[in-house]
Formats: sequence, C-alpha cells, structure tokens
Amino acid sequence: MSTVLSLVDTVKEYPLTPPVRALAGVTLDVDQGELVAVVGPSGSGKSTMLHVMGTLDRPTSGEVSVAGYRVSDLSDAELSGLRAKHIGFVFQAFHLLTGYSALDNVADGLLYTGMGLDERRDLALSALDRVGLSHRLDHVTTQLSGGEGQRVAIARAILGGPTIILADEPTGNLDSKTSAGIVDLLHDLNRDGATIVVVTHDLDIAADMPREIHLNDGLVVSDQTKELI
Amino acid sequence: MANGQLQSELHPSDLARTATVGARTRPLRAALSALGIMIGIGAMVAVLGLSESSKSELLSQLERLGTNLLTVTAGAGIGRGEAVLPEESVDMVGRIGPVESTAYVVDVAANAYRTDLIPEAQTGGIAVMATALNLLDTIGGTVAEGVFLDEATSEFPTVVLGAVTADRLGIDSLEGSPMIWVGNEWFTVVGILDTLDLHPNLDRSVLIGEAVAGSLLDSENPPSTIYVRAQPEDVVAVANVLPATVNPEFPDQVNVTRPTDTLEAQEAADDTLTGLFLGLGAVALLVGGVGIANVMVISVLERRSEIGLRRALGATRRHITYQFLGESMLLAGAGGLAGVLLGALVTAAWASYQGWDTLVPVVAIVGGIVAALAIGAIAGLYPALRAARLSPTEALRA
Repeated sequence: MSTVLSLVDTVKEYPLTPPVRALAGVTLDVDQGELVAVVGPSGSGKSTMLHVMGTLDRPTSGEVSVAGYRVSDLSDAELSGLRAKHIGFVFQAFHLLTGYSALDNVADGLLYTGMGLDERRDLALSALDRVGLSHRLDHVTTQLSGGEGQRVAIARAILGGPTIILADEPTGNLDSKTSAGIVDLLHDLNRDGATIVVVTHDLDIAADMPREIHLNDGLVVSDQTKELI
Repeated sequence: MANGQLQSELHPSDLARTATVGARTRPLRAALSALGIMIGIGAMVAVLGLSESSKSELLSQLERLGTNLLTVTAGAGIGRGEAVLPEESVDMVGRIGPVESTAYVVDVAANAYRTDLIPEAQTGGIAVMATALNLLDTIGGTVAEGVFLDEATSEFPTVVLGAVTADRLGIDSLEGSPMIWVGNEWFTVVGILDTLDLHPNLDRSVLIGEAVAGSLLDSENPPSTIYVRAQPEDVVAVANVLPATVNPEFPDQVNVTRPTDTLEAQEAADDTLTGLFLGLGAVALLVGGVGIANVMVISVLERRSEIGLRRALGATRRHITYQFLGESMLLAGAGGLAGVLLGALVTAAWASYQGWDTLVPVVAIVGGIVAALAIGAIAGLYPALRAARLSPTEALRA
C-alpha cells in the first residue's frame, strides 16, 4: 500500500507566552485505504494534528507530506490547490452554507478545482445518493436534521474522490443513534476504498476502527492496528 | 517538485455565484446597504437629467422665439430729464440693412377699467398702449381669441387684451362683444393674446390703435419701446449700431436688450443650483459607500466559519478577496443601477409634468453605474483583504 500522508517529527508551537507546544514531535504514516481514529483528551493536540495534516496550518518544524507532496515545498496558493484536489474535510459543525440546497452544498466540494457547476452537480447527485440522501437534493440546509446535515458534509468531502478525508469530531454535535449512522457511513466509505482519518474523543467509536492512535500532550502514546472481525 | 497541477481555480461563473452568497443569505441587509448608493446615484442622475431636460426645453424655446429679437427703450438721461426715443427713430431703425422688421408701442396716458363704475384709483396695474399693427408678427406673438388690430379696427375704439389683462378684467371669451372703459370711452374687445414668453409688460397691457389713441385719447407720444427683428447672424452688429441710429445726438440714452438673454441668465442661475444638488448627491453617495464598507466589515466577522470552510475546500486568499470585493461591488452596483432607474424615473415624471422632453444624459447613466462600482470596490477592499488575511484554522474555530 502506498503512503498518502506522512508526518515526520512534526512539531507545532503556538507563539504564546509561554509557548504552547500542541504537537511535540509526531511521526506517523497513513496508507491508502486506511481508516484511522485519532483519540485523546481535549488539549492533547488532536485538532492541531488534523489541521497540520490538512495543510490548513504549517508545522513549526518537521516534515508533512500529503498525496506525495511535501508541504514545505509548496506555496500557500499551492497548498490551497492541494486541498482542493486531494483533501476532503468533515467538521464537527458541518459548515454548510445556509440558504443553499443540499445539492449545491455538496457541489461546492469541487468549487475550487475550476470544474463547471453542471458537472459538479452531476457528481454531487451520486455523492448524495452514496450517503443515502438522494431524496433530499433540493432541501435547503435549514430543512435538514443534524444527521442529514453531516451526511451532506460527508458527501461534499468525498466529492471527486479525494486522496484522503479528514474528519474532525464528525459526531460531536449528534446524538448517539445518529452518530452510529455516521460512523457506519464512514466504515462503508472506507470499505469502498476511501482513506479516512477521524479525530474523536469518543473511545467507543475509536475502538471500532481498524487503527487507533492515542495522543497525549502532543505526542503519540499508542498506535495500534487491529484485526477487526 | 513540479506543482503546476496544484492550482486552485474558480470558474468565472462560480466567482460571480460566490459574490452573491451574502445577498442571498441576508437579502434585507443587502437591500438596505444598497439603498444609500441608490439614493446618491438617483439624486445625481435626476439632477443631471432635469438640468439637461430643462436646457433642451430652453433651446427649443429659444428656437421658437428666435434669439434675433432686440428691444429698444429709452434710458435715463443724466441731467436732461426723462429720456425719450425720437419720433423718427422707428423709420431710421427700419433702414438698417440686416433688420427684417420693426414694430413699436407707445405709452398712452390713460387707464383701462372693466366698467365706468370702477373707482379711478383701481387701475389693476394695466397699462394702455398704442401699437403698430405689425407688432404681433415682429415679436412672434399669437392671438388666443378673436383677431389683432388691423387697418380698419385700429381707427375705431377697439382693443386687444394681453393675457394677464384679460384675466384681471375677467374676460375669457369674446362672446357678447365685451366692452371695457379706457380713458373716458367704451372700447370693444376684439382679441385676447396668448401669453408672450419674453414680454410680460405686453401681457399686462391693453393695446389700441394709434389713430384712436390720437383722436379719442389725445395722445401723441413718441415710441416707448421699439421691437427689432434682425437677421440672426447680424444680431450683435445691429445691436451695436442701434443706439446711434435711434438717437444720434445722445446714443447713451438708448437701452438695447435681447429678451432671450434673460432666459439664458435664468438657466445659468439654475446651473448653480444643479451644482449644489450634485454636491448633495455626492455626499449621499459617500455616506452610502461608508454604509457598504460597514456592512462588509460586519459580514466578514460573521462569516468567518464560511471563510474557513472555503479555505479548507481549496480557496486561495485571492479567491476570498475576490469574493468579498465582488460582493461589495455587487451591492453598490445594484444600488447604482436602481439609482439610475430612480433618477430617470424622477426626470421623466417631472419633465412630463412640465411638458418638457425627457432627456437623461448617457454620461449620467454610465457615470452613475461606474461611480457606484468604484465606490463598491473602494468600500469592499479593506474588508475583503481582512477576510483573506484570516488564517484558515482561526476562521474554522469561529
């Protein structure tokens, strides 16, 4: 399997007084087709790691590579292009555009690739079908339930088949039953070949995932790959 | 590593779509912020349109009236008592080459009353004048009712009333052959004039024949006003030689005026007002621009998470700048367009009320929209750059 994401001795410091070291030297690889859970208490550096993995933030030191590109070699504009073409994000707060239909929210997933709206809508149709929302295409976001909203956000993330999908507490705003549905969907997508990293504080969700990375104080304290039945 | 393929791109039509996100999610706010620009541009377009329409009205009025009419009156003689125009001056003027026609009126020392029972002091401000028979042709006047004086009627006690006179005497038709009391005689009204744009003194007069003035009212005065219609290209030359022609002895006692100059002077005064209103419009525009800048700053603060999402989706800083700059220009441009329509509408309404042709200058229409867009760009620049400077992680935390 090829490596799609790698962190080598990655440090992220915030220049406060005293400086806050959110990542204290993390080294890990994610291979294509993996489903990885990143768990840890709040303040352990989970979200910082996800942002660094997603090139939304540059590391203070160390090396980050995504989809074969070394982040330190790329300009800010090129990092934007990398995100547009290779990385899909799912956020705890969904971040859907209010007043726009589910279909157009999903179509925005490839907005910054230069693809025309009609083509993106065509892809969005099948992505919404994939997450089980083919009956909610024209509903605006305010008409969707929380679980449906997150499914729309996931459809947006998988649009165009990105190299890696990064999910930041995707079930953080949902009740347990809805959460289970979202987690099942992530497993399904992974079985279809998507590479997914899920940051979560929910140990049960992490326990069901094939690989579980525990963070504490900005360091990897355990990284185990399990044989799941 | 070659990274040419790592280029974020935004389809031009999508750039336009992202610029409308704000207006679509908060239409009322967008409309209110565009309102200021609309009022400013509307005021400026209306002012320019009205000024243009009234100018064109003036030009057609001047064309109708002809700018080649000169009036000659006696000025005040210094130390020589009241100046008069010499008796023979009308003939003298008629002999100037480029003069097409001349006419004159003579003040008659009498008053006109509706009946002989009206107290003598109640003159109603009506002047009695003896007139040359070609007066109407020379000054370009028309008759509203009846006829003007001719060879026959001017021998008899008949009168033609100016428009204001007719109104003051309460005579609006010739039915029943109305008569009025002039001097100590009854005169039959044979005609009522239309309002004369350039000769308000004739509007307030009663016109009688010269012969009658001499025989019945015992009036043998020299002409008080001479009207001179000259060939248009020689008007100035004629005006220059008129004083010496009319009164070779005392040319400085002769006043020569061109009545249409008054209209042009009025128009020049209107220009000053136009400037004032344009200034007020510019202030409204400025305030509108500040309003848009304000709304955009708030919008950027409120939409931090959207900005974060867009950065995560692959938007570059430039895309974010364009989006908010575009939104600001869209608001201002919409306001400008609405303002141009409003201004044109106001112009059309006022012009049709005044009976003018509606004329909205193209420069006002194009200039209005361009000015609005420029204001939108200036107002949106700082908020847009601020949005673009936001770090993606910071924006997503909001």
